[in-house]
Amino acid sequence: MNFDDTPQEAEFRATARAWIGANAPKQYEDELRKSSLGRTQLKNANILEVAKAWQKKKADAGWACLHWPKEYGGRGSSPIERVIWQQEEGPFGKLSHMFIIGHGMCGPTMMAFAREEHKRAYLPPLASGEKVWCQLFSEPAGGSDVAGLRTRAEKDGDEWVINGQKIWTSGAHYSDYGILLTRTDPTVPKHKGLTMFFLDMKSPGVEVRPIKQASGASDFNEVYFTNVRIPDHQRLGEVGDGWNVSLTTLMNERMSIGAGVSTGFPELFEYCSSLMLDDGPAIEDRAVRAKLANWAVKASGLRYTSMRAISALSKGERPGPENSIGKLVAGSMIQDVATYALDLQGAAGVVSGPEDAEVAGRFQAMLLRAPGTRVEGGTDEIMRNIIAERVLGLPGDIRVDKDVPFNKIPTKGRG
Amino acid sequence: MNFDFSDDQKQLRDQARKFLTEKCSPKAVRIVLDGKAPYDKALWKGLAEMGFLGVAIPEEFGGAGAGHLELCVIAEEMGRANAPVPFSSTVYLAAEALLIAGSDAQKKKWLPAIASGEAIGTLALFEGKGNPSPKNVKVTAANGMLNGVKKPVADGAIADFAVVAARTGSSGRENDISLFLVDLKDAGVEVKSLTNLDPTRGQAEISFKDCKAEPLGAAGDGWSILTQVLDRAAVLCAFEQVGGADRALEMGRDYALDRIAFGRQIGSFQAIKHMLADMYVSATLARSNSYYGAWALSTNAAELPEAAAAARISATQAFQHCAKNNIQVHGGMGFTWEFDCHMYYRRANAMALGLGSLTYWEDQLIDRMRKKNAA
Ligand SMILES: Cc1cc2nc3c(=O)[nH]c(=O)nc-3n(C[C@H](O)[C@H](O)[C@H](O)COP(=O)(O)OP(=O)(O)OC[C@H]3O[C@@H](n4cnc5c(N)ncnc54)[C@H](O)[C@@H]3O)c2cc1C
Repeated sequence: MNFDDTPQEAEFRATARAWIGANAPKQYEDELRKSSLGRTQLKNANILEVAKAWQKKKADAGWACLHWPKEYGGRGSSPIERVIWQQEEGPFGKLSHMFIIGHGMCGPTMMAFAREEHKRAYLPPLASGEKVWCQLFSEPAGGSDVAGLRTRAEKDGDEWVINGQKIWTSGAHYSDYGILLTRTDPTVPKHKGLTMFFLDMKSPGVEVRPIKQASGASDFNEVYFTNVRIPDHQRLGEVGDGWNVSLTTLMNERMSIGAGVSTGFPELFEYCSSLMLDDGPAIEDRAVRAKLANWAVKASGLRYTSMRAISALSKGERPGPENSIGKLVAGSMIQDVATYALDLQGAAGVVSGPEDAEVAGRFQAMLLRAPGTRVEGGTDEIMRNIIAERVLGLPGDIRVDKDVPFNKIPTKGRG
Repeated sequence: MNFDFSDDQKQLRDQARKFLTEKCSPKAVRIVLDGKAPYDKALWKGLAEMGFLGVAIPEEFGGAGAGHLELCVIAEEMGRANAPVPFSSTVYLAAEALLIAGSDAQKKKWLPAIASGEAIGTLALFEGKGNPSPKNVKVTAANGMLNGVKKPVADGAIADFAVVAARTGSSGRENDISLFLVDLKDAGVEVKSLTNLDPTRGQAEISFKDCKAEPLGAAGDGWSILTQVLDRAAVLCAFEQVGGADRALEMGRDYALDRIAFGRQIGSFQAIKHMLADMYVSATLARSNSYYGAWALSTNAAELPEAAAAARISATQAFQHCAKNNIQVHGGMGFTWEFDCHMYYRRANAMALGLGSLTYWEDQLIDRMRKKNAA
C-alpha cells in the first residue's frame, strides 16, 4: 500500500503541473474554484467557449482524454496518471464538465464498437472538444427501463430511417453528434429488439427543443426524429445487440460519473470554518461538528473507494458494478449538505440570488440542482438494484415483461 | 500509488481466515458468550503459535516484525470471526503503548511475553462516564504509588498487566497525565468483573490502593502517548469493525437467499435488496477509509491522526449499521439467542464505545481537519 508517487509518476506530475501553470486560463481560476454543482457559469464569458478553448489547448499539447490511445486523440496514459492530472488540473477541470458525456460514455462506446476508420475520424475531434457529443437513450416511456424505448429504426437499403422522440438529453442543443439507441424489432422481447447508432445531430429531421429544468436552467432537451436517415456503417454493434452495447456505455458512465461526483462537503466545511452562529463559531458547535464529521467520512470514503478502483484498473481490471456506489452516496449527500447549509443560514437561507445570498448562493444552487443528480445516469433505486443484484448476487426483480414481445406490453399504469 | 494490500498480505489474510474458520467457529465463540470461560485460551495459544500476536512486534522483542499492514489484515479476520480473545486490548493497546514509550527493559520484559501468548495486557484509561480527556483522569500517582479506580477496563479480569493513565500534576492540563505499568498480580490491585454488552470480551473494574507503579514514558507525556496509542488502535479496531460488518452483511445476504416468504426468496423483495445494498455501501466506505488509515499507520504519516479518526467513525457506523440490519433481514430468527446475529450486534455496539464514543472521534476529526486546513 503506497500513496507516494513513483519516480515516473512524480515526473509526470511535475510536467503536468508546469504545463498547466503556463497554459491554464488563470483569469477564471477563482470563479471556477468558487463555483459548485448547479452554479458553473462564468460572469463575463460564455463557459462553453472557454471550455472548448481550454480543451483544444490541452489536446494540441497531448493532455486531452489522457487514457485514450494516442491515435484517437488521447495520450495512452495509465489510470493513475489520469488521477494525477485531475489533481493538478484542479478547478480548471470543472470546464470539462460539458464534455463528460462525450468523453465518458460516447467515446468509449465508439472505441468498442465503431469501425476503425470512424474511430480515427470522429474520436480526435471529440477528445479535443471541437465536436461535442450527446447520449440519446432516455425516452418518455423509457428512463430507468431504458429497454422500454420506442424510437423506431427501419432499414431502407443501406440506410436506416429513424422516427421517434428522446428526452432529457443533456447538451443536445450544442452537440454535433450523438449515440442513439433505437428499436429495430418490436415483435421480440424488449431487450432483444434494440440497435445502437451514432449520428450527426445536424442531420435533416433532427429537432432539438430545450426543456426548462426544475432548477431553472436548461441543460437538457427533447429531441425529435422525423424520417432521419443514418447510413448502416454508423451502426454500433450488431442489429438487435443494442442492449449489450448500451451496457458498455452505462458501465463507463458509472465509472466516469462515480469518480468525479461532487459531494458538497468541501464547500460545507469551508463555509462552517468561517461561519458565526448566534452562540459562536459554527465549527465549534457540537451539533455542527457531528454533522460535519458524518459527511467528512462519507466524502473521504468515496475518495478512497475510487482510488481503490483506480488501483484495480491499473492492474488491468475492468470497471465493475461496485462503482455505482459513488453516485448513489454523493447524490443524496449533496442534497442533504445543501439543505443543512441553508438551515445554518436561518431565514436568510431562502434568498437565492447570487448577488444577495450567503456565499453567492452556492448552496441554494446545489439544493436546486441536486434532485437531478439523484436521477440522471440511473436513479438511487436503480443503483441499489445494481449493487444488490450484481455485487451481492441477490435475485433480479421480477420482470413481467421479460418474455413478452415488445408490442404486447401494456403502456399505461392506470386506466 | 498502489492503494491495495500486497499479494503477500492477501495471502496472510487467507491464512488467518482459514485458521479462524477452523479454530473460532460460532460454536467456540458461544462458550465464552455463555459464560463458560472468560476467553478462548486454546485460540489464544493458537494465535501465538501462528505468529499473529506478535506480527507487528519487532523480531528483537520476540515478534514477527512484519508490520502494521499485516496486523490490519489479521485484525479484519479477528473481527469477521468475532474472536473471543483479548486481542485488541493486548495487541493494539498494551503492545502499542510499549512500542511507543517503553524503555528497552520494559519492552524486553513484556513484548516477547505478548508475542508468545504468555501475557495479556490492557489499557486502563476510563473512570466511569465520559470520553478520553485529561480531566476525566482522577486516579493519582505519587511517590511511585497508584490510587483510585478504573472502569471499564477491557479484558481487565484476565490481564496480567495494565498500562494505567494517572494524574501526576494539578495544573488541569494534558501534561498532568503520566502513564504507568502495573503488574496486576501486585499487592494493592483489586479486580472485579463487570457485566457488559458483549460477554465475548470482558470488562472489569480495577481498584488501586497504594499500588506500586512503574513509569512508562516520561512524566507528563502520558496524554500525548495515549493519543498516539488511541489513534493506532482506532485504525486497527476499524479493521476489526470492517471484518465484522462484512460478515454481518454476508450473513444477511445468505439468509435473504435461503428464506422464502410469499412464495419468493426474501432477497427478491426490493426493500430487503436495498437494505443489503446500503449495508454494502457503508461497509465499503468504511473499508476504504480504513485502508487509508492503514497506509497512514504503516508509514507513520503526518495524516495519521485525521485518517485514524475517519476510519474509526466510518467503521463504527458501518459495523453498527450492518449488525442491526442483519437482524432485521433475519426477522424473528435474528432475535433468537440461537442465531449468531446478536453476537455481531453486541460486538458492534461494544466496539463503538471502547476507544471513546463517536462523539469523541467526531470532535477529534473536526479538530484535526481544522488544523490541517489552517496549516
Ligand atoms: C439532469 C439530467 C440529465 C440527464 N441526461 C440524460 C442524457 O444525457 N441522456 C439520456 O439518455 N438520459 C438523460 N437523463 C435521463 C435519465 O437517465 C432518466 O431520467 C433516469 O434514468 C430515470 O428515468 P425516468 O426519468 O424515466 O424515471 P422512471 O424510470 O419513470 O422512474 C420514476 C421513479 O421510479 C423508480 N423506479 C423505476 N424503475 C424502478 C425499479 N426497477 N425499481 C425501483 N424503482 C424504480 C425510479 O427510481 C424513480 O424514483 C437525464 C436526466 C436528468 C435528470
